[in-house]
Amino acid sequence: MTKQSLDQKLAILSDAAKYDASCASSGSTRRDSRDGKGLGSNEGSGICHAYAPDGRCISLLKILMTNFCIYDCSYCINRVSSNVPRARFSVDEVVRLTIEFYRRNYIEGLFLSSGVIRSPDATMSDMVRIARKLRHEENFRGYIHLKTIPDAAPELIEEAGLLADRLSINVELPTDAAVKQYAPEKKPEQIRRAMASVRMVKDARKDKSFTGKRPPRFAPAGQSTQIIIGADGSNDATVLGQSTRLYSSYKLKRVYYSAFSPIPDSSAKLPLIRPPLQREHRLYQADWLLRFYDFQLDEITSATRDGNLDLEIDPKLAWALAHREVFPLDVNRASREMLLRVPGFGVKTVNRILTTRRHRMLRYEDLLRMGASMKKARAFVTAGGWTPGGLTDSADLRARFAPPPEQLTLF
Amino acid sequence: MHRVSLPRIGAAKAWRDAARGFLAARVPPEQIIWGDHAAAPDLFGDASPPPSGGPVSVPRSFIAMAETAVWHSDPERFARLYAFLWRLKDAPHLMTDRGDRDLARLRQMEKNVRRCQHKMKAFVRFREIGAPDAPRRSFAAWFEPSHHTVEPTADFFVRRFADMDWRILTPDVSAIFEQGKLSFHEGHAKPDLPEDAGEALWITYFQNIFNPARLMVRAMQSEMPKKYWKNMPEAAFIPQMITEAPARARAMAEAAPTLPPARMAQVQAQLASHASAWDGPAEDLPKAIRACTRCPLHCHATQAVPGDGPTDAALMVVGEQPGDMEDLSGRPFVGPAGQMFDGIAATAGLNREAAYVTNAVKHFKFKPRGKRRIHQRPETSEIEHCRWWLHAEIAKVRPSLILAMGATAAQSLTGNGARLLSRRGSIETGPEGRPVLITLHPSYLLRAPDQARRERAKAQFRQDLVMAAELIAEDATQS
Repeated sequence: MTKQSLDQKLAILSDAAKYDASCASSGSTRRDSRDGKGLGSNEGSGICHAYAPDGRCISLLKILMTNFCIYDCSYCINRVSSNVPRARFSVDEVVRLTIEFYRRNYIEGLFLSSGVIRSPDATMSDMVRIARKLRHEENFRGYIHLKTIPDAAPELIEEAGLLADRLSINVELPTDAAVKQYAPEKKPEQIRRAMASVRMVKDARKDKSFTGKRPPRFAPAGQSTQIIIGADGSNDATVLGQSTRLYSSYKLKRVYYSAFSPIPDSSAKLPLIRPPLQREHRLYQADWLLRFYDFQLDEITSATRDGNLDLEIDPKLAWALAHREVFPLDVNRASREMLLRVPGFGVKTVNRILTTRRHRMLRYEDLLRMGASMKKARAFVTAGGWTPGGLTDSADLRARFAPPPEQLTLF
Repeated sequence: MHRVSLPRIGAAKAWRDAARGFLAARVPPEQIIWGDHAAAPDLFGDASPPPSGGPVSVPRSFIAMAETAVWHSDPERFARLYAFLWRLKDAPHLMTDRGDRDLARLRQMEKNVRRCQHKMKAFVRFREIGAPDAPRRSFAAWFEPSHHTVEPTADFFVRRFADMDWRILTPDVSAIFEQGKLSFHEGHAKPDLPEDAGEALWITYFQNIFNPARLMVRAMQSEMPKKYWKNMPEAAFIPQMITEAPARARAMAEAAPTLPPARMAQVQAQLASHASAWDGPAEDLPKAIRACTRCPLHCHATQAVPGDGPTDAALMVVGEQPGDMEDLSGRPFVGPAGQMFDGIAATAGLNREAAYVTNAVKHFKFKPRGKRRIHQRPETSEIEHCRWWLHAEIAKVRPSLILAMGATAAQSLTGNGARLLSRRGSIETGPEGRPVLITLHPSYLLRAPDQARRERAKAQFRQDLVMAAELIAEDATQS
């Protein structure tokens, strides 16, 4: 085999990394290199330096250290039984790419993942070496996200957390049974134990010592995970149930939902489908309602009988259509909790309503200026100069929002 | 009539000084003509400098908004800001009236500038103009912002790239950072920047991180509008990537599955050897418990928590089930209830280290509520399933006394979990005919509604632990 160039390796190892949805670079500690002794900064909010035509943000250099892997997960492009070309970066190559991309303002930092080679510990310690070199030799102060290997030794995970901003471990599929079927070498209980230990180390490092000194922060941007949607038969209620448990058990920053997407050289065990992008989108919307809008899981999933979210309308609108008895709400009187339930009102709009109505009565035009999407909200609220009349209870209200029926496409 | 013309560089400070002067001198907005560097001299204006005034007070939130909105490209920006400031003078609460027409417009301008600043941070692309091995490296970029964003955004690049020289050249204002010093200069013509080897690698990355099976051109364009494309090296390849995507996705779907490569057998043999090395520990029971899938609880909990303590202990303490902390750490009795138990055991003369502690149910049962997990009482069927493990532990440890704490433990050990308060302190018969001392669960001591009841429960619990300590001591002297 001829020696691969850096460009060829980059092509193979970024192609192999694109099925990980996360590319966030936000929520870490604020730091800069104004002192001239290092490179990079982090300001809390993330920056997307480019967008690919798949609509996804490119914030980090997202690559695999190697796509050789000893596991055989059916959904994965890098599984041992696949015939995709293989490559492996050296430690220096990853460090150089990260620094050179960063200096040209292409990226916020590095997202490093890897296939499992030799053993989990050997793989994890190579990844930690890359992070250590970036932080300690190159004085890199940008963002680092490391994917952790569940069975790796706790010391390695601990060091990884001190070097990186975020750690993540993918639960991969919504149920333990699905993991067993499609990722036979992965053990769901081991993945959960790894997430538990990351949470505990992180919690322990929050306490000040008796001298009042803070220990170095452990994974300041928290941990996240990813669930593949549509590869197994789980419905949305199962998926969201899994993610609420993950949020509450391990204080995850994010659960990413990744529509099962065609891969080159797919496995016979798992036939390819058209990626369920709309379903993925609805799951993110439901996830947001659960975390920021005080919705309970059963309120969202009980809207349909099969436990799947309505693909045609968003989950908040679906809830409102099913609970028309509480509408229309008077925006000049309704409580914050209820205003958050109005389709078309976001958290910002609701905050603006609450501060402004202290001074005067709100009219329909005010709501428009506050950023509310009145096309949706108008049927559910009353305001000065506006009442929806029979609109709230009209039989064709759903049809106003749902896309027009169309013939199914073939694929 | 006053006429003010603000400079291109330093406009924010100049506007602020002028506005402060006018406001202090009570000059109404209709009497001022604001112009920027590009404005033509006005025929009727009086070019006199703005009056320098006394102190004025302005809401802090207005200053924050003005400092951003002042960089907008709208020629009316200075006048709009002053007009609103004039209104604020008598009605400071207007800053919180988000439905006000003037404020809404200024907030919109502020938002436009912020977005433009954000896009500048994201889409500036540097090319190396010095030698790559020079001690201080040197980069340059050409950028075309929609608003006057270079000046307010330059500090971001200072914070990020202080260890190199860089310049961001634009048709409006250019920022140059050399040897740690930042300076601004009036506009610039588009320079010819040298080719950069890093760009080819970046384009390779951009093309390969793209997933052709999820084409969403609109989503891309709303975040990365076409006006920025001409100065981004990767953007030239977007049209080709879009055209080829459907065919690539179809090819993946239509390709027949292939046979696994030859090295797979070898790799899997290697994997098998790791598996046995990883599963290794000699103690079989804890391992078997951890792998338990007998009831549905295992799907939601982190892990099963087996008992802990010397395997020849005289006393076995049985609690209900692991709690939040136990579930995360994998060790029994480490949460608040466990600590309560430890504290009281110490005062009751019970050596906690010498006891084997475990739970009637090995998995944590809970209901998620936001970021917290609310404990749920295990059902009879779950207790039944888990009794299998508890019996195995009893057979292994062979304790002379079992302390059943709480209804679940009593149910598992004696088959009856009712009327605990009246049964506590009594000895009943458990598995293998072993004596079981019934007592309260320590979390009951934590949760009892009032102080008096908590204290009474604590005393009762201590009394039972004293009794357990005495029974074991007696047993030890007899044997």
